[in-house]
Amino acid sequence: MTLLQLDGVSKRFGALTVAEAISFSVGEGEALGIIGPNGAGKSTLFNLINGTIAADSGTVRFAGTDVTRTPPMARCLAGMGRTFQIPQPFEKLTVFENLLVAGSFGARRSEADAYDRCAEILHDTGLIDKANVPAGGLTLLQRKRLELARALATEPRLLLLDEIAGGLTEGECLSLVATIRAIHVKGVAVIWIEHVLHALTSVVERLLVLNFGRVIGIGAPAEIMASREVKEIYLGIEI
Amino acid sequence: MTIAIPSALKVETRTKVSSISLFVAFAVLALGLAAPFLVSRGAVQDLFFILTMLVLAQSWNLLAGYAGLISVGQQVFVGFGAYAMFGAVILLGVDPLLAILIAGLLSVLLAIPTAFFTFRLYGPYFAIGTWVVAEVVRLLFAQWKALGGGTGTSLPREAVRDMVGVSLLRDLFGMKPAQASDAITYWLALMLAAATIGFIYRLLRSKQGLGLAAVRDNEQAARAVGVDARRMKALVYLATAFLTGLAGALIYAQKARISPDAAFSVTDWTAYVIFIVVIGGIGTVEGPILGVILFFLLQNFMADYGSWYLLMLGLAGILVMLFAPRGLWGAFSDRTGIQLFPVRRTLIGGPSIHQGGSSHG
Repeated sequence: MTLLQLDGVSKRFGALTVAEAISFSVGEGEALGIIGPNGAGKSTLFNLINGTIAADSGTVRFAGTDVTRTPPMARCLAGMGRTFQIPQPFEKLTVFENLLVAGSFGARRSEADAYDRCAEILHDTGLIDKANVPAGGLTLLQRKRLELARALATEPRLLLLDEIAGGLTEGECLSLVATIRAIHVKGVAVIWIEHVLHALTSVVERLLVLNFGRVIGIGAPAEIMASREVKEIYLGIEI
Repeated sequence: MTIAIPSALKVETRTKVSSISLFVAFAVLALGLAAPFLVSRGAVQDLFFILTMLVLAQSWNLLAGYAGLISVGQQVFVGFGAYAMFGAVILLGVDPLLAILIAGLLSVLLAIPTAFFTFRLYGPYFAIGTWVVAEVVRLLFAQWKALGGGTGTSLPREAVRDMVGVSLLRDLFGMKPAQASDAITYWLALMLAAATIGFIYRLLRSKQGLGLAAVRDNEQAARAVGVDARRMKALVYLATAFLTGLAGALIYAQKARISPDAAFSVTDWTAYVIFIVVIGGIGTVEGPILGVILFFLLQNFMADYGSWYLLMLGLAGILVMLFAPRGLWGAFSDRTGIQLFPVRRTLIGGPSIHQGGSSHG
């Protein structure tokens, strides 16, 4: 069953086209990877999916309803969780309180009902030691984990991950991959933008390649990585 | 508040200090209620001034320090509330006490169209927009001939003298009418200040308060995790309009004389209020309380120095911003970890939880 469907989504900033007639769909519980060079419009695509910016044309459908004109808050309540490429914690709140915001508002619970689950997510994402520390005092790795933890606390059906593994050591990356795979196994659909290809391909079922705001290819990872066009554009190899 | 959750985890917001401060707050309130019988009429008027400024400061702090709405036009609600009260008393013959409540409600009504216009603006543009709205409303009231136009008017003597409760105080305690009306407005100010602090503290400890803090820290992220930032800001704006309108009406019920320039003064009702919040500590409940006491002391020590006094206030404000950007209470709280009105949700117990980090307000 289709969870997310984009049809001909376009966005221009003046003369610059950042998304051009993008169409693809993601099924319930599926994991899709997005790759593409810097400036290809990957984060913009996330902003279009979650409503941070509005599409000029085309439609975005989520869980059977048209959400093209719906604000991010409502898309979150409908089951869309996202992380930001540059972590955006609530700096003066503690790590635990960061999750409580997501776990009470995003998951439509009372605050007390969210305590249990938020503590559990902190445990799963390795942040439980930092529960009572203001988020402004976290390191980059901890901030990235907090992004993931906070998105999870909204109890999403679709999780949008924006370069969450960038800048991590091999060991950190492996543990992150394990965490994301565990989320995916529970039936949460994942769209993951990542430059760390081996991390990405160990989780996702399909890959989508983006360049200059256009979809270059979509399909099984092996098939995509073997295509000549992708090698030229993405890997910079002349053939 | 302690809520037990399974697997030996607990979440606490109350601290030892806060339990003591709750007790102290009630003691201060009881003492405050008795003040008209204990101190001179001049001192009661000083306390009235402190309490009404505290209400304005707490409201502005909620608006700017929590909802991120930096308004420099809150004088619109002081002036509008005051004029609404005068209008109800003079033109409709309503009792001043009832008129104050009407003024608060009408201020909320005024806040709806002003929010409609100013909420389209962002950051500094919002600040300027609110000021423009306040000036427009001031100019409109200066045209209202029935309430004295540009020169203003006074409350009828008999309206104040026959105010609800004045005769009761005269019969019970032998107070003169002027003394009795001062005592009544003072008690109202005390109740309004206590209710304002109580309301704000309750709000901050609720789920809505948590969402508000998230909006304050990062609005984009707050929206992405399901917080309706726009609705939350609008509700805070309306609530502070109500409180500010009540305070304005109360201030001018005590003054009993109004003019557009005084009632819509950006210096008296916004600049001083911002000063109080900034030196005390923005984004804390304690900050405005400390700030208003310091402001009162500064004003009394330097009242004889004319415009030097304003220069000194500005200098004090700049020094605090440079050396204690979170205000004097913020600096004290960062050092000592003491919070009289804690809102932090602390996770306690369970596997490997360390009490890390200093607690920030």
